[in-house]
Amino acid sequence: MRYIEPHGHMVSRTTDDYQDMVTAGCAAVCEPAFWAGFDRNSADGFYDYFCQLTEHEPKRAAKFGLPHFSWLCINPKESENVVLAAEVISIIPEFLKKPGVLGIGEIGLNKNSRNELKVLESHVDLAARHDQLILVHTPHLEDKLKGTRLILDLLKSDSRIKPERCIIDHVEEHTIGMVLDSGFWAGMTLYPESKCTSARAIDMLEKFGTDRIWMNSACDWGVSVPLAVPRAALEMRKREHPHSWIDRVIYQNPFSFLSQSPNFKLPPVQ
Amino acid sequence: MTRVQILDLYFMEARAKLIDLAAFLDRLDRADGDPDFRSAAFNKALKELASTDAERAKNVLLALSDPTTEPVPAAAVKGATGAWAGAQK
Repeated sequence: MRYIEPHGHMVSRTTDDYQDMVTAGCAAVCEPAFWAGFDRNSADGFYDYFCQLTEHEPKRAAKFGLPHFSWLCINPKESENVVLAAEVISIIPEFLKKPGVLGIGEIGLNKNSRNELKVLESHVDLAARHDQLILVHTPHLEDKLKGTRLILDLLKSDSRIKPERCIIDHVEEHTIGMVLDSGFWAGMTLYPESKCTSARAIDMLEKFGTDRIWMNSACDWGVSVPLAVPRAALEMRKREHPHSWIDRVIYQNPFSFLSQSPNFKLPPVQ
Repeated sequence: MTRVQILDLYFMEARAKLIDLAAFLDRLDRADGDPDFRSAAFNKALKELASTDAERAKNVLLALSDPTTEPVPAAAVKGATGAWAGAQK
């Protein structure tokens, strides 16, 4: 089995996790910029974090033979401070030249506030000006429905944005339809408690089909499972889905979306 | 897959979750104090389970969601509670 982990916050994980992922068949890991669990106080803090994502973490992953890619932004949880957000966004372009950077993400909304929307708009503008892919985080729990609608409205109102170059992540049963119907890609995040379980993710694949959908573990410093994607693949096998169907969901689909970035290059299989 | 195959795969897991749900409601009843907006939202969402509509998961999520469309003035907190507090206002 082979798979791509398209969303993992590996700076929060251990080397054991890298070893387990590679052993399970992981061919590449992609790391969006994330909230550290506390608010950073300055743009300098983000500068260091972007160095970690684009320079240090790829080296750590390479020790396990795993190609590592990254996405850059200031996370929606830190977007209430628009002054800091503007400073952080201004330093991102110099990092877009780094070899493993795939685009702008994970941008989006957290509590659906006016300032979060302003910062999201700035990120979308940055992506459009630099012709970058976009990875969007949708809000948690009770805020997801409203946030997803606001995000889709904003993206659709910008004529420079191509839906096929944007993935709307963390969809659930009440948001996946509107995302796919609008032409965007949809990401399903496999969490033990929130977001969705493997069984529900497979239900959605059976209902909506496998086009423009990927699944990820979004493993981070919280309760999350780095092997969630290969475990979901095991559940697909229990449901008697053929190998080709599973491979499309966990490898070919993320490969297709990510290959829209010229920086997404995987070494040839030996 | 057939219904029997689905039951073979998932019945025991769903049964355990159903009993957990019942035990949670019993625990809530035994506790002191007033219920808050989460209890009301939970009870509203529970009704979706008895529906014959094959979109129960979607409808449970909708029952727990903020249905408004305007951005809030400011983000006062970072976290989410799992139910929309505005439903009780």
